Amino acid sequence: MALSKRKRAEYFRYSQYTLLAVIAVVIAFLADWEQIRTAFFNFKTMGEMFPNVITIALKNTLIYTALGFAFGLALGLVLALMKLSSIAPYRWIATVYIEFFRGIPALLVFIGLAFGVPLAFQIQFDIYSTVMLALGIVGAAYMAETIRAGIQAVPKGQVEAARSLGMSQGRAMITIVIPQAFRIILPPLTNELILLTKDSSLIYIIGLARDQYELTKFGRETLSRSPSLTPILVVGLCYLIITLPLGYLSRYLERRSGGKKVSVL
Amino acid sequence: MSEISVEISGLKKSFGSLDVLKGIDVTVNRGDVVCIIGPSGSGKSTLLRCVNLLEEPNAGKIVVNGVELTDPDVDIDRARTKIGMVFQSFNLFAHLNVLANLTVAQRKVLKRSEKEAQEIALRNLDRVGLKEKANSMPAQLSGGQQQRVAIARALSMDPDVMLFDEPTSALDPELVGDVLGVMRQLADEGMTMLVVTHEMQFAREVADKVIFMDGGYIVEEGPAADVIGNPQEPRTQEFLARVLDPTHHGPSDPV
Repeated sequence: MALSKRKRAEYFRYSQYTLLAVIAVVIAFLADWEQIRTAFFNFKTMGEMFPNVITIALKNTLIYTALGFAFGLALGLVLALMKLSSIAPYRWIATVYIEFFRGIPALLVFIGLAFGVPLAFQIQFDIYSTVMLALGIVGAAYMAETIRAGIQAVPKGQVEAARSLGMSQGRAMITIVIPQAFRIILPPLTNELILLTKDSSLIYIIGLARDQYELTKFGRETLSRSPSLTPILVVGLCYLIITLPLGYLSRYLERRSGGKKVSVL
Repeated sequence: MSEISVEISGLKKSFGSLDVLKGIDVTVNRGDVVCIIGPSGSGKSTLLRCVNLLEEPNAGKIVVNGVELTDPDVDIDRARTKIGMVFQSFNLFAHLNVLANLTVAQRKVLKRSEKEAQEIALRNLDRVGLKEKANSMPAQLSGGQQQRVAIARALSMDPDVMLFDEPTSALDPELVGDVLGVMRQLADEGMTMLVVTHEMQFAREVADKVIFMDGGYIVEEGPAADVIGNPQEPRTQEFLARVLDPTHHGPSDPV
């Protein structure tokens, strides 16, 4: 008896579920749960990590990210305006900057700032300046393109209306265009914040004092004194405490703006 | 009423190799309403946008209230505060509520106090019948309401001249009347107005002068009764016949 098309689709779906269930059961039987528990869930280690993982590491990760994001946003706005400038050399400089810092690993920027700049210019940055500059320099390269796209997504009629009311080009940009541009690019900027949160871990390349540890450094440090990978699991979860709400916020903002997409490239 | 408000002479404008305006002379007396009609692509919107230099003319002279806007040393931002403009697509500032739309330029450009700017804004909102919408966002308003807010926004700068660029073309037919009513009231109050429009009824009833444009030239101009009621030029006759009685004409002849 030939099956109807609808019946065939139904059986096919059931067989998929069955397959997944079988795989899950097999893994559950094969896995050595005791070993996994000792590798990742050492409760004693977990207990020792608190409260410092929150009061020092999580707090520092948030501070480093916020500093980098704030500087990157300001620099990114300047670069975006340079990229849209009628003065050609501004456009060239912005383009070179963006292409350069988007194209190299963020770690190189950290190394350059921490070791190269002090050597070349006899300036010693403190930890906060280093992380702010390094994250900001890298973040700005990405954010500049996003901001530029946002500015260009504001309808031309908005500028014309502003100019016809007697506003100068600069005044129209500040009062009318940029506030609307930021509404449009809030979702992609939130994603950028998530990336910077993770990149803040690169600060490990510099020697940090104990109260300067951020999550990854804290996790590695604890790991060296720990019989299991538990610290890595704990700091991973701490990152998720930051990044999951941000991801949710980004999707919420995107939905609220009517799914208006901004092309960044 | 013979004082001249807007004087355009020898105005030429081209976009690349496309000549849009090929030598335009227009005089608008203070307190007059001048309607510009003509087919699309005739250059009428470009002409209007040249009057406040949203488009830079290639040649010619534009004088508004004694200030030559085509003088390279003119303070164009200052001059524009005296020239109100209303756009086909309203162009209300989408991130500001109605009241802020009306006060932002008063505050930032004219440096009026918050209190004074709001008083003037509310008075002008009242003029267009939308005082109760002061705290609404533009997106919450109908097209007709948005356009009336746009008119009130321009009026809040106390302009000497108002430019209207097809103000009702983007509206649902039943909302057109509200906007035209506000414009007629403005005209009755003695505002100098330059209006690009397809509303022949409005032009016939309100305009002191009607200008018919085609192909970058002024083909015919004069009192509404003459240009619309009894056009002399064949091109004007043909255009009006199509606009006023569209069902009784076949497709246009190939050019």
